[in-house]
Amino acid sequence: MNMKRYLKDARSDLLTYAGVIIAFIIISTLKSHGALNRSQSGLLVPICCYIVMAVSLNLTVGILGDLSLGHAGFMSVGAFSGVVTAMSLMNVIPSAPARLALAMLVGAVCAAIVGFLVGIPVLRLNGDYLAIVTLAFGEIIKELITCLIVGVDSEGLHVIFNVNGSKTANDLTLLDGGRIIIKGAQGATGTKTIATFSAGFVLIMITLVIVQNLIRSRHGRAIMAVRDNRIAADSVGIPVTKYKMMAFVTSASLAGAAGALFGLNYSNLAAAKFDFNTSILVLVFVVLGGLGNIWGSIIATVILYILPEALRGFANYRMLIYAIVLIVVMLTTNNPVLKNYIASLRSKFSKDSEKEASAS
Amino acid sequence: MKFLAYLVSGISLGSIYAIIALGYTMVYGIAKMLNFAHGDVIMVGGYISFLAATNLGLPVLLSVLVAMVFCTVLGIVIEGLAYRPLRSAPSLAVLITAIGVSYFLQNAALLIFGANPKAYTPVVSGTLKLFDGQLSISYVSIVTVICCIVIMLALTAFTGKTRMGKAMRACSEDKGAAQLMGINVNRTISLTFAIGSALAAVAGALLCSFSPTLMPTTGSMPGIKAFTAAVFGGIGSIPGAFIGGILLGVIEALGRAYISTQLSNSIVFAVLIIILLVRPAGLLGKRTQEKV
Repeated sequence: MNMKRYLKDARSDLLTYAGVIIAFIIISTLKSHGALNRSQSGLLVPICCYIVMAVSLNLTVGILGDLSLGHAGFMSVGAFSGVVTAMSLMNVIPSAPARLALAMLVGAVCAAIVGFLVGIPVLRLNGDYLAIVTLAFGEIIKELITCLIVGVDSEGLHVIFNVNGSKTANDLTLLDGGRIIIKGAQGATGTKTIATFSAGFVLIMITLVIVQNLIRSRHGRAIMAVRDNRIAADSVGIPVTKYKMMAFVTSASLAGAAGALFGLNYSNLAAAKFDFNTSILVLVFVVLGGLGNIWGSIIATVILYILPEALRGFANYRMLIYAIVLIVVMLTTNNPVLKNYIASLRSKFSKDSEKEASAS
Repeated sequence: MKFLAYLVSGISLGSIYAIIALGYTMVYGIAKMLNFAHGDVIMVGGYISFLAATNLGLPVLLSVLVAMVFCTVLGIVIEGLAYRPLRSAPSLAVLITAIGVSYFLQNAALLIFGANPKAYTPVVSGTLKLFDGQLSISYVSIVTVICCIVIMLALTAFTGKTRMGKAMRACSEDKGAAQLMGINVNRTISLTFAIGSALAAVAGALLCSFSPTLMPTTGSMPGIKAFTAAVFGGIGSIPGAFIGGILLGVIEALGRAYISTQLSNSIVFAVLIIILLVRPAGLLGKRTQEKV
């Protein structure tokens, strides 16, 4: 890789970090001066979670080139394992930030394990078949978690797998002072919300460090080679499955950490929240932000997450407007006439600047 | 006897999936795109036939016909406005557009018809009692199965024997070559969307007769499952979609009855995953060799 290209990449990475840090400083200053109302500051943690989701999905879809429609499944695994961790260690670790960090770590590890297990069959397939199988896994994870009943008491964790819907939380036979953490289809109830905006910021920074360093590394170049031409990559000795798995598991574990943060932001959270529509929502962020473009994912997530909230004044029409915006953006960005026009403008500009450079 | 009853309900549910999957598989075969809005066209078909039957007082058959005409026009309009401009765009862009269309249809239905579920009057009522009343089969199930078989046979004959059908197969094989042979590719794709959407309308009426609640989100899960059925049977193959649909319905009904009601969708998807691992192109799909 030549030096110029390397410097350019490094500069764009640094700009991304700088952008996130500046945004964090501005928003936390606004928040501490009370410039944000309740509903606005309530959006901060979910936005952080969705940014991490979008960046991690971008690793699978944009960098690895495999369409995944089940990303919310990993978020769900992270959310519920994180909630169980945080709730069951409430007495052991009194410090909330430490508990939150541990919950996110456990969420990431659990999601990585599930990601690995899912990856074994999924990564043998290609194209739309791969997409439909990730969708299938997302739905399976959702239904399995719907069957879980978990509680904790002084003896430790009690888990029931409620296959035919006949058991209730009473079957956990908790001792006095025990707590029910997950109640089947109702999901996690009575969770102590310990997620904070600062934790979200730290998670975004960690995600960016991991993803951007992975992309710029030797492994990242191998992953992109697999995306661009799998057969060619295979024939020059790149172990395709290994690199596919590396990208997929990294992406799943980041989604798990985001899920844990998300889960600990709400006192009640049902497994049905992480359905196919959530996966699609994140995919829309990624595609509109630009495949393989990390900064684009962040911007698209912020804009598209705020857009329906900002349109709340239009009440019933807001999702309709959202749908129309989605279609129109896709049609205009892929319109060949418009594309050529932008390309010609761009080349004109660069020629002009070159001329100026040579003139001076 | 109980087993037979479950089997019958599975086959009739599977027939609905098969009708949707036939539309899905044709559109996928020719346009090479996941048309996520297909499930919502089913919902629109359900609402139109509901309105035609209750508000205009049309007879059942006529109301389904009205829904078919409406959905055909809707399918052609969607294809022309949203998908045709993206013919040369990357497949993900088309997918996101299809999702946009799906959101649009759902929310438009929410605004027009409201969120409250409507009670759909089944196309036919009554049940057939067999074995001294031990096994009862509703007439809706029988009509559904017959419809499905007729549609499957008609489509096979259409794609195999007629000029338009041949044009369709040519387009799905190689669009560029088909164009050189004088086939109007855009018109052929429009026709495919028209047929798929008309089938969706039929499926909508039958689906709502089977489980008589009609909501703006009625179509999305059956749409996903029908796509699964199409993949199951080998996408692009008409008999494959039929077999895939029926099998999916039977697995779902038996799984719900004998294993777990809560995990019925999971069982269906798990079977799909296993099938795809053993036969990566589906049951009847053609395995294409990768060229270097």
